[in-house]
Amino acid sequence: MSSMAATLSDSVVITKRNLIKVKRVPDLIVFATLSPIMFVLLFRYVFGGAIQLPPGTSYGEFLLPGIFAQTIVLGSTTTGASLAEDLQKGLIDRFRSLPMSRSAVLIGRTVADAGLNIISITVMALTGLVVGWRINSSVGEAVLGFVVLLLFAYAISWLMAMVGLLVRTPEVVNNASFIVIFPLTFVANTFVPLETFPSVLRTFAEWNPVSAVVQSARNLFGNTSPLAPTPDAWSLQNPVLYTLIWVVLILAVFVPLSVRAYRRAAGR
Amino acid sequence: MYATEKSGGELSGGGPSVGGMTDAIVVEGLVKRFGATTALDGVDLTVAEGSVLGLLGPNGAGKTTVVRILTTLLEADAGRVEVVGLDVSREADRVRAAIGLTGQYAAVDEYLTGFENLEMVGRLYRLGRAEARRRAGELLERFDLSGAADRPAKTYSGGMRRRLDIAASLIARPRVLFLDEPTTGLDPRSRLSMWEFIADLADGGTTILLTTQYLEEADRLADRMVVIDRGRVIARGTADELKAQVGGQRLEFTVTDAAVLPGMVERLRPLAVEDPVVDVQARRLSLPVSGGAEVLAEALRRLDGATAEIFDVGLRRPDLDDVFLALTGRVAEEVATEDDPTAEPAITGGAR
Repeated sequence: MSSMAATLSDSVVITKRNLIKVKRVPDLIVFATLSPIMFVLLFRYVFGGAIQLPPGTSYGEFLLPGIFAQTIVLGSTTTGASLAEDLQKGLIDRFRSLPMSRSAVLIGRTVADAGLNIISITVMALTGLVVGWRINSSVGEAVLGFVVLLLFAYAISWLMAMVGLLVRTPEVVNNASFIVIFPLTFVANTFVPLETFPSVLRTFAEWNPVSAVVQSARNLFGNTSPLAPTPDAWSLQNPVLYTLIWVVLILAVFVPLSVRAYRRAAGR
Repeated sequence: MYATEKSGGELSGGGPSVGGMTDAIVVEGLVKRFGATTALDGVDLTVAEGSVLGLLGPNGAGKTTVVRILTTLLEADAGRVEVVGLDVSREADRVRAAIGLTGQYAAVDEYLTGFENLEMVGRLYRLGRAEARRRAGELLERFDLSGAADRPAKTYSGGMRRRLDIAASLIARPRVLFLDEPTTGLDPRSRLSMWEFIADLADGGTTILLTTQYLEEADRLADRMVVIDRGRVIARGTADELKAQVGGQRLEFTVTDAAVLPGMVERLRPLAVEDPVVDVQARRLSLPVSGGAEVLAEALRRLDGATAEIFDVGLRRPDLDDVFLALTGRVAEEVATEDDPTAEPAITGGAR
């Protein structure tokens, strides 16, 4: 077997293993879907009225792409916690003692987590449709919108993979990633328009890749108002391109680093 | 037994099929450091193809570190390490195809069923799908797990998980099997059945390196033993050789009146191979002897009826606990239980 084919076949085996867990632990799915629903309802009805939007925009339409982005980026932290758990339970030792591809455990993990993200984004989109979110673009654009969201989350999964392998305690991985993910998803155009930010924070938010992801989704789902001001920053004028640059950058750095961390991973 | 069709065909120069090599494991001058701590300080050992080596030592002695290096999980800092004739760092993947590892903690996926666990590991050993399933079924049968084959491993008892773990490491018919403390934490009954499984494997020709803190376990399963402490080999040989190293067997008399002891020493001295030891306080005479029951009979004959004061008499052979005590100055069990097993890198400083 060529090494590419071997890596692929091993990755399929590991992906299958990870998805079986999803099937056996229904709580995983329940919480992966309940929390997005909660976020949609919370922001839509609690904050919705209080947030100033550009003229011609409904908060339902503005909000959903932001919720999509935040939820699936948070969903990617699962990757780190799951790998840390595998390490603790000695499974990574077992895998490392097998004549299998050195990257398959990580590929299988990140792909399975992308699968979970697809489920939660589907649930969120359906909930969104109920509370007034609409797709006002072509099918092609809408699909691209979801692809951009999922690609960015996939890249974050690889970052989290490295964190999980280095930190080695699932609870710590969760706490550590919240500290990073919350500011990243809140200091952005996720829930409020950037015009409301103080200037330093605003510059950060404009160049924050999460803002570009959200902006891409809004553009591609047709959730922006023609009356809204054109963004000042290049990153938000070309959000899809800017997002893809980040995706490539994150993968280029963290795929090799995570594989390296895996090769050296010491169990207990 | 051969590893997989795949690696079997690839073995060439330096492989075990060449030159009549008979050692499945060769370790020379193995050194491993964790920061400032030297975990392994020049370990040498060999394991003949088809034999069982018991690697003994208290927790923190470096046993697990040896296993981790031999199974490619950890890189050595110095030394030559070969498994089935292959260098563990340069030819790691071919080594992995030829070995099976069962670690200290059952590494099974709790959410997969027993069958799914074995099938997964089989596939990762690059067995075809049908072959992986067939082997999974066979091994579940062999390890008395057929009834639980379709239950998630989460529901298994400790002993069942351990058996599933060993079954997983056997799925690709490894030539060399590493068992790192395979019975730690098992109840006595599970331990006994595990011993039977391991003995069967050894009879089947699998080379086994077994680490244990239990001297009885090594005595029962291993052909040869290596005792390590603080990262160094402190003794090696068969169980009998190790026992001989501490001293052979002794005749022990306990009497009701210490006053008779000098007379007994007088009569029995010709049988002793070394100086008799008299413990007046314990009213005990210990006589190093060679030979078996006939020495005991001869001793009683020499006492010629003057046995009224003898309360107890016995021929005592040293067990591995004596060996351990003599070699390290510590009692094995006592040392073994006091360290935290997670503190592996703390190794040499760990034990008293």
